[in-house]
Amino acid sequence: MSHTGRTMGSAIRITNGRVYDPANGVDGCVQDLCIQDAKVVAEVPADARKIDATGMVVMPGGVDIHCHIAGPKVNLARKLQPEDKRLDVVPSTPYTRSGSGGIIPSTFATGYRYAAMGYTTAMEAAVTPIGARHVLEELHDTPIIDKGFYVLLGNNVFLYRLLKEGRREEFREAVAWWVNATKAYTVKLVNPGSDELWKGRRNANISDLNENIDQFDLTPLDVIRAFIETVNDLGLPHPAHIHCNNLGHSGNATTTLDTMRAAEGRRVHIAHVQFHSYGGEPGKNPTSRGPEIADYINSHPNITADVGQVMFGKATAMTADAPLAHLLKGVSGNKWVNADTENESGCGIVPFTYQEKVYVHALQWAIGLELFLLSKDPWRILLSTDHPNGGSFTMYPKLIRLLMDREFRNDEIRKVNQRAIRKTILGDDLAREYTLSEIAIISRAGPARALGLKDKGHLGVGADADITIYEDDPDREKMFSTPRYVLKDGKLIIADHEFRADHEGRILHATPAYDPDIEKAIRPFFEDYYSIRFDNYAVSDRYLHNHQVIPGQIIPAVQPQ
Amino acid sequence: MSEIGQNLRVVEHATCTFCGCVCDDMDLTVDLDAKRITKAKNACTLGRAWFAEHTIEDKPPARIDGKPATTAEAIEAAAQILAGARLPIIYGLSDTTCEAQRQAVAIADLMHGNIDTTTSVCHGPSGIAFQGVGESTATLGEIKNRADLVIYWGGNPAESHPRHFTRYAVTPKGMYIPNGRKDRYVVLADVRRTPSAPVADLFLLVKPGRDFELLWALRALVKGRKIDPSIEESTGIPLATLETLVERMKSCRYGVLFFGMGLTMTRGRHFNSGAILALATDLNEYTHFVAKPVRGHGNVTGADNVVSWQTGYPFGVNFSRGYPRFNPGEFTTVDLLSRGEADAALIIASDPGSNFPKRAIEHLKRIPVIVLDAKDTDTTELARVAFRTATYGINTTGTVYRMDDVPITLRPAFDSPFPGDEEVLTALKDRLRVLLNEKRGGALRKAA
Ligand code: SF4
Ligand SMILES: [Zn+2]
Repeated sequence: MSHTGRTMGSAIRITNGRVYDPANGVDGCVQDLCIQDAKVVAEVPADARKIDATGMVVMPGGVDIHCHIAGPKVNLARKLQPEDKRLDVVPSTPYTRSGSGGIIPSTFATGYRYAAMGYTTAMEAAVTPIGARHVLEELHDTPIIDKGFYVLLGNNVFLYRLLKEGRREEFREAVAWWVNATKAYTVKLVNPGSDELWKGRRNANISDLNENIDQFDLTPLDVIRAFIETVNDLGLPHPAHIHCNNLGHSGNATTTLDTMRAAEGRRVHIAHVQFHSYGGEPGKNPTSRGPEIADYINSHPNITADVGQVMFGKATAMTADAPLAHLLKGVSGNKWVNADTENESGCGIVPFTYQEKVYVHALQWAIGLELFLLSKDPWRILLSTDHPNGGSFTMYPKLIRLLMDREFRNDEIRKVNQRAIRKTILGDDLAREYTLSEIAIISRAGPARALGLKDKGHLGVGADADITIYEDDPDREKMFSTPRYVLKDGKLIIADHEFRADHEGRILHATPAYDPDIEKAIRPFFEDYYSIRFDNYAVSDRYLHNHQVIPGQIIPAVQPQ
Repeated sequence: MSEIGQNLRVVEHATCTFCGCVCDDMDLTVDLDAKRITKAKNACTLGRAWFAEHTIEDKPPARIDGKPATTAEAIEAAAQILAGARLPIIYGLSDTTCEAQRQAVAIADLMHGNIDTTTSVCHGPSGIAFQGVGESTATLGEIKNRADLVIYWGGNPAESHPRHFTRYAVTPKGMYIPNGRKDRYVVLADVRRTPSAPVADLFLLVKPGRDFELLWALRALVKGRKIDPSIEESTGIPLATLETLVERMKSCRYGVLFFGMGLTMTRGRHFNSGAILALATDLNEYTHFVAKPVRGHGNVTGADNVVSWQTGYPFGVNFSRGYPRFNPGEFTTVDLLSRGEADAALIIASDPGSNFPKRAIEHLKRIPVIVLDAKDTDTTELARVAFRTATYGINTTGTVYRMDDVPITLRPAFDSPFPGDEEVLTALKDRLRVLLNEKRGGALRKAA
């Protein structure tokens, strides 16, 4: 570790680490890892700088497939909660900017905290198209990690009109245009159909996937089908990313199953599925239908999901699902933000605290664990807290310990509302303990594969040199909280647990082909119903800074297993 | 006098940054020889004046102690001042780009100084109220498309934001407002009958300093509580008028409450802002309702956003401990100056020398001041180092946020010989890093 002045362009050999690289079938083998510039390579010159990883665990950098870390709603939630930041300060260091922490850290603190946990990629999961410039500006100020965002199109009035009129070809072109115009990674649907009722019918919501969306002669199910099909046809690297209808409502597992069935074997990602796995009657206390949802995902290889685990403590409901946030305002009595975006989206924000002794909160916590523990394919049921909705991303190490350490888990289970536990399978002393390899899958290899990021989530030759080195520790929470070394693009960012450099990560985005003529159809709608000019809407390349276009992939529909 | 140059071009879809409306539908005719805008299609009178006034003045790019200097010399002088200060403060920022604002926060962070924006003297109370009670809000296009009840409180948009009525909220046709003005009911509440009053179907002449009482009475009525008829005596508005208004508020489909500095900067301040935000929130139990501060400066909303995402707090942020702390009243600029605490000031695109309280201006005169501005002001007069910078939106591109948080990219009309704020601040930051590094014994590394 003598040369501190080296930057990118150097060769590094990580020696004697126990490597967990499940994508390449490497399961804890002691081997060297070579890095040249920003990539993993087969060999480096003998005078390459060495990092001695003897006795340590080497994994690809973590990849977060679903979090809320930047953009218009995140900044509102950040401004909303000064009380949450006073006690969690982030001083500057010789290498890094200062910031504030709490449940919604400042942008710099967000990047550093992901890196300090060994994560090197994170995807912001919900941005209004008109807010794309804003999210790109914030992501530019989110250091170290690579990042991208999913653009909200599931309540888009113009797209609804095309669907209503049966103009499917133009719908497809318009979706592709919007992804390009905003520099997004894929398409996000949130509670499809609800915005029109929320804004236009005195804060109503839609609860039935077959109900008509006011004047559109469309149902949420029509919208869901159209987007799943179109995003698959366009071959975006990641499929339609869906926040199902009825989030948080008792009995919503039925809606979730119907949504997944609508994919008919096509690729789809179900976001924070824990919040969508409830039994019981609407308006009454929920029960768990976690096992049923886990079964369905297990047997349908076209589906990926992130769990959206609830962790006890401070959270913030922050969602394009405005009716849900209004409901939580009523439940919690907390301050509330609602933010309508013309023709595109709704949004709600409510600070929230999950408590161990509260039946519903404990049940949500337990259902998340059920989903993890019943998962038969760690490549498809992925780690998330839907940060900050279920809890902070900084809780991932604790969540990993819950999955890896049966005794710790049972101790924690005993602390929470037992009436809730009895509604789940968690009281049965489940034996399953995730292995390090499985953790590497749910937190790196799996999300990278689901995102179509071929150079991430693994350590084979040609992979991005985003690498985390942990000191092995039976306390898995401690181990995963404080990696000894973190490399980003081959640059040593953290050594001996301390920052040694700053770094600007890349914006990851998709550029599906489209027919430019579609602009002729979109333009008049802007003139009538938007408040900015069509010509000022698309985001220019200037906002990309460091960036990388991720190529698409066409994956045919598959049959259930 | 002079001939009109033939070298004309039209910049379409340009943006006016004169007020918080940030109209992005300007088609500017530019005389490239004369370096001036000869026509601004779609602009209001204020916008037209803003565009017409901008010419390239034959002035030095900087002054140090009143004497002409180069930009580089001024950067060196400014960096020396800031590096030697114990509590340097940064203020202004609402009339520059987000890109420049980012650099300003970086400088405050680097020098462990203080940063504050003009928000602290306009809608700061709204920011504080937001932190307390939240907000139901919307982009202006949503209001154009849906709002059938539009209420303005404590503002005079006809004079301060001339196109607010015509472009966004009163006259335009929208998706569910097919007949424009006819489909909306408009209310104006203010302490005097301003030129905005004629637009309203109902005008409420509020007794000065009684906004809070009136708003609180409306909240009570919304919740079905009894209000004593003496409310008329205390606020100037008869109970029956209030009852009818509340009925209308609860039965509209999409209501909006716009509020201005007449509410936020008078007796009650953040209590007033809090009351109006809470009123909109309460109404969401019955129908859809939003509230919006009508922000003044072109990019004050961008300043709120940038300072928030970089520090967690919207204005009045202090870095003296090496991390951001927020405390309005302590870290707001008027207070830091009036108490005589700041020992150097970097003022960006703002004129506190003309609009701050006397005590604050007196202290500004005592300490070294660095100013970035496109024009001469009272503040450039008292500055030790004054940079003449290019005007955002006219000479430089960049990002601004409209009052409803919608970000827009500026399209410059013609080049300026003067550097932009971002350029000056970036150079200043780099030089300051070197100086502070020496001072702190090499502790600062080159950050990304
Ligand atoms: S309303 Fe404001 S932004 Fe629009 S043209 Fe007039 S001064 Fe410019
Ligand atoms: Zn989410």
